[in-house]
Amino acid sequence: MSLLAEMNQKALGLGIPISVHLDITYRCNERCVHCYLDHDDHGEMTTAEIEDVLNQLSVAGVFFLTLSGGEVLMRRDFFEIVEHARHLLFNVKVKTNGVMIREAEARRIRELGVEQVQISVYSHRPEVHDAITKLPGSLKRTIEAIRFLKSQGLKVVIANVLMAGNLFDNSGVMALAKELGVSYTLDPTITPKMDGDTSVLALRIPGSELKQVFHSQELVGNVEEFCAPPPAPGEDIMDGFPCSAGHTACYITPYGDVFPCVQFPLPSGNLRQQKFIDIWRRSPQLEEVRSIRARDLPTCSTCAHVGTCTRCPGLAYMEGNMRGPSTADCEKSFQRTGIASANMLLRARTGSGAPLIQIQAAVSL
Amino acid sequence: MGEVRARHRRKVIAEKYIARSSAIAARLIGGEMMIMSAVDSTFFTLNEVATVIWQAADGRTPLSDIVASKICPEFDIDPDQAGRDVEQFVDDLSRHGILLVSEQPISSFSPEAA
Repeated sequence: MSLLAEMNQKALGLGIPISVHLDITYRCNERCVHCYLDHDDHGEMTTAEIEDVLNQLSVAGVFFLTLSGGEVLMRRDFFEIVEHARHLLFNVKVKTNGVMIREAEARRIRELGVEQVQISVYSHRPEVHDAITKLPGSLKRTIEAIRFLKSQGLKVVIANVLMAGNLFDNSGVMALAKELGVSYTLDPTITPKMDGDTSVLALRIPGSELKQVFHSQELVGNVEEFCAPPPAPGEDIMDGFPCSAGHTACYITPYGDVFPCVQFPLPSGNLRQQKFIDIWRRSPQLEEVRSIRARDLPTCSTCAHVGTCTRCPGLAYMEGNMRGPSTADCEKSFQRTGIASANMLLRARTGSGAPLIQIQAAVSL
Repeated sequence: MGEVRARHRRKVIAEKYIARSSAIAARLIGGEMMIMSAVDSTFFTLNEVATVIWQAADGRTPLSDIVASKICPEFDIDPDQAGRDVEQFVDDLSRHGILLVSEQPISSFSPEAA
């Protein structure tokens, strides 16, 4: 077991929130078509409030701190916040679109000891990237930012969210990452808006194309291994929990709301009314999330994919039941292995008797 | 002879000052210090004794004082053995840029001990 895995295990045992994702603003200079946020400012935490939250997170044992948004640099006090976080010795990762990062900003980020900067790039083609961000010239600015950050010796990761509009550009973005000397990560997940609006889900990659993604050696490495049928789950799988949300990780909004995860908008408390540690330890919502084991999931516990599925409890929650299936992940498991999930089979049995392909259509709504 | 070596070693330790680097992330979790270098992402965990040294590394307190006042009495360790172990520990961490070592007090920024 790696030291990092040991640390996570220890944090889990001690009930320590080792990772926190803090969105410091929802304001943004881009208007990405797939974004799940409301970009108006409804009363963001002040600098002093955020610094107080950071103090509390430090005392609670948080080690990994992700600062994100919105666009983090829309806050004039961004560097003040990072400086305070670094003074408290957090491992800081910043997520940004890079549009506002020039040489001076890149230098400051390096001076402050930020561990990693993650930048969203949707395509290597300006006409595609800029159409998604709705900001003309944004790809050019973003690539310039990556060069500035790299020249400072910073670790940069290009995050490539894949959707219907940029489906076949992942190879081009990978080549761009290679040319720039930065890491690349791909994410085919489009999530509903925070307010429950599911209209953006229409942008998800259709099932057949998702299959192509999962069978690309360039993206997944060993295809045979990645797409292998799931092994029978053991007791350890059935006693396991789905992810770190609420166990060793949580999410904080710019308004001080605490959720189990950025993709799991279950209101669990607010930092303007309660101390972080009280929410973390005593929130009934977080306690409920922590109580759920794989064997408690009515449908998923009977599924062949239970041990290997990327089931997101937050997406399941947004579909109406945190113990239910996340249909986007059912789709992924199916397209990866060719084996229908228990949820798909159940729907086929209880629905109109239509073939599975109609379930895929329902997922794409 | 053994005493001479011990005195010599204490003299070497007395000339050293150690300070925590600001280019790291660190947190005390369950009595163990977790440290990650922001330079090369190397990850370290310090045991209880090493954690005490880390927390005392303020750039102003001589290393020999740290050993004498924080390590030997608290952990009931032989001073010679403690001196050797601490030197090894300090060398290891300084090679990774986690600790700054100087023969003079270090006045530059030293972050909180976490």
